[in-house]
Amino acid sequence: MNTKLSILSGLMLSALMLTPAHAGENKCATGLTVKEGVLTIATGNPAYFPWVIDDAPESGQGFEAAVAYAVAEKMGYDKDKVEWVRASFDQSIQPGPKDFDFNLQQFSITEEREQVVDFSESYYSSPMAVLIRKPTMEAGATATMDSLKTLKWGAGASTTALGFITNDIKPDSDPLLYDDVANVTEALKAGQIDAGLFDLPTALFTSAVLLEDGVVLGQFPAELATNPDQFGLLMSNDNPIKPCVDEGVRRIKEDGTLKRIEAEWLQETTDVPVIQ
Amino acid sequence: MSKLKIENIVKSFGDVTVLKGLDLIVEQGEMICLIGASGSGKSTLLRSINLLEPIDDGAIWLDGDDISLPGLDPQPVRQKIGIVFQSYNLFPHMSAVENVMLAPRRIHKKSREALRPEIEQLFEKFGLADRMDHYPDQLSGGQQQRVAIVRALAMKPEIMLFDEVTSALDPELVAEVLDVLRTLKAQNMTMILATHEMGFAREAADRVCILHEGEIIEEGKPEEIFSNPKHPRSQAFLKSVL
Amino acid sequence: MIAGVSTFIVLALIVILVPMAPGWEAVQKSFFNKEVFLKTFPKLLSAFWLDVLIFLWCAPLIAILGLAIALCRDVQSPVLFPLRIFGAVYTDIFRGVPVVLTVYLIGFGIPGLGLPRPYNSPYIWGSVALVLTYSAYVAEIFRSGIESVHKSQRAAASSLGLSNSDVMRYVVLPQAIRRVVPANMNMLIALQKDVALLSFIGPVEIFRQAGVFKSLLANFTPYVGAAVIFLAVTIPATRFADYLLAKQNRERS
Repeated sequence: MNTKLSILSGLMLSALMLTPAHAGENKCATGLTVKEGVLTIATGNPAYFPWVIDDAPESGQGFEAAVAYAVAEKMGYDKDKVEWVRASFDQSIQPGPKDFDFNLQQFSITEEREQVVDFSESYYSSPMAVLIRKPTMEAGATATMDSLKTLKWGAGASTTALGFITNDIKPDSDPLLYDDVANVTEALKAGQIDAGLFDLPTALFTSAVLLEDGVVLGQFPAELATNPDQFGLLMSNDNPIKPCVDEGVRRIKEDGTLKRIEAEWLQETTDVPVIQ
Repeated sequence: MSKLKIENIVKSFGDVTVLKGLDLIVEQGEMICLIGASGSGKSTLLRSINLLEPIDDGAIWLDGDDISLPGLDPQPVRQKIGIVFQSYNLFPHMSAVENVMLAPRRIHKKSREALRPEIEQLFEKFGLADRMDHYPDQLSGGQQQRVAIVRALAMKPEIMLFDEVTSALDPELVAEVLDVLRTLKAQNMTMILATHEMGFAREAADRVCILHEGEIIEEGKPEEIFSNPKHPRSQAFLKSVL
Repeated sequence: MIAGVSTFIVLALIVILVPMAPGWEAVQKSFFNKEVFLKTFPKLLSAFWLDVLIFLWCAPLIAILGLAIALCRDVQSPVLFPLRIFGAVYTDIFRGVPVVLTVYLIGFGIPGLGLPRPYNSPYIWGSVALVLTYSAYVAEIFRSGIESVHKSQRAAASSLGLSNSDVMRYVVLPQAIRRVVPANMNMLIALQKDVALLSFIGPVEIFRQAGVFKSLLANFTPYVGAAVIFLAVTIPATRFADYLLAKQNRERS
């Protein structure tokens, strides 16, 4: 009863807050979108919890789905003026015109990538976290670099985790790489790897939902990361819509919308120990 | 006791009955020629004796033992009964001498070195001494057929079956193969031939059997059969081939 | 001569026209980036060594298992009839399932049953998946080879008193295997490419290494580099298989 009430009041509150904003909106993206009068947003296929709930971004449920709608709102596009498409990582960084205005699926902003595509200002900054299974913990794995070096590592091949493993952790044996989180999880289950490196929200979700005996061993301090993982909205190169998108991201940061969305969809991360 | 006794054997392929209760007795050292039109059952009879075709009914006795019992291991029987085919059937991936040595090596477990002297002798005897290391496709038809005969002889069989062994040969090569058969007869080998060489049958056979539709319709000394056939079918057949 | 001229003209048109396309510059930057190519090629080459190793230990196992399955399907004795059924079911299943599914199923599934390291290695079980799949195809090739050896060869060998296994080993198989060499060469070429499927379950071979570079550099040139390396191996192999086949056809005619 209580939760229902709070969600209801939350919704009413956000409706109240958004109304004036969108009434006086200057549509900075007019004439610049892929499809006239509509903002087309892409995400992964499938899109994972907690970024998108139930692989249904249209619901606005999940961190990235909510961010997308909030940014759209600031850009002057109501919920019914937003259309979703799906794009794989490869499709997203391909040269040539895109069928989306922006794309969000935890794209880390890197210098190399920025030569081929545009990124908005970052909407989330995630520490890297280590996911292991209970047996590995019982075998003596601890949240220290020395201990991590001895583990067999796995990661998603198109994430920035690999660079982090080879440059910062420098494990004794070569890491194994996989297409997506599901496969890394499967390899953990099969005992082929001891540890997976993910962004913290993904690690938390995986340990809570996908992996029965999963444990998030620890998170890395931000200053250690050679590439602090900053997520940005991806756009085609030299997209004229970029200033408008940046403005949208900036405004949801400034007015606290982003903080609220983060609090709603991303678990409390402070109780995960920091790796020494 | 007869060397080979064939009693009332029946063999069908599907709806076609190829052997219809055929009887034949062969004595040690005898040379028997089977003659008759194509499809009269000559080949099937020879293949049945070698147990390549299981018979449906009747019995085949070798030295008084029934070799046609179902479930009997055919290998020892085949080692005693050699067969040579119309199309030679040499193994194309082996030289002549390897073709000949294969069975003695595998069955008698003898080494190539141990076999070599006697095999060389066989090749020499049949005029093939300089062809031992040739491959089948380097040999003439007559040479291939003689190698095939040597291959069968290398197992020291007690009976030799010849299934139209000269039919695939060019006329000028027939004589060299028939010479081999004469040599074997001189050694008192028990032989059964299916043949179209009427001249040879008349000259060399101890007995001639005329097959018609899976039965022996007439048998006897060659001079009797060829000069005075009794069965009207025999008369018609001989008239067509002589 | 005419063929030479027309080939030249077509090539020239491609070289001249393609860069005139409006998106060419972007495509060139993403797919044919010289800088990226030079930077990534050495590492791709060393990753390819892993493909070669996987290929080298899979190929003989495939030949042995494929032959065994083909022989299962050829057994004559009624007592061994279940072997025939087994052979038929085996080839049907493993030829029917996409290789990548077998790789996932066996590569993750069997280690998931609780095998300790190093026996749960994705190298082992991924290779097993490749061996199972390819031996099913190779078994069918061997079987067609065995069936192509004329019955009279078996009859001639049996008539000498040789056992069934000796007939197969000394007379039928040597001829059968020789006949299917070109077909099996093509399977080897396909295998060389499918080795890359092991990357789905962890090993960082050339395909995965190229993928890592791609996401790191947001550039597809590493894939082009990988393709160049694959082609350097498969084109000569394909030519050689065609040559063997043509030679065999000449000999038979």
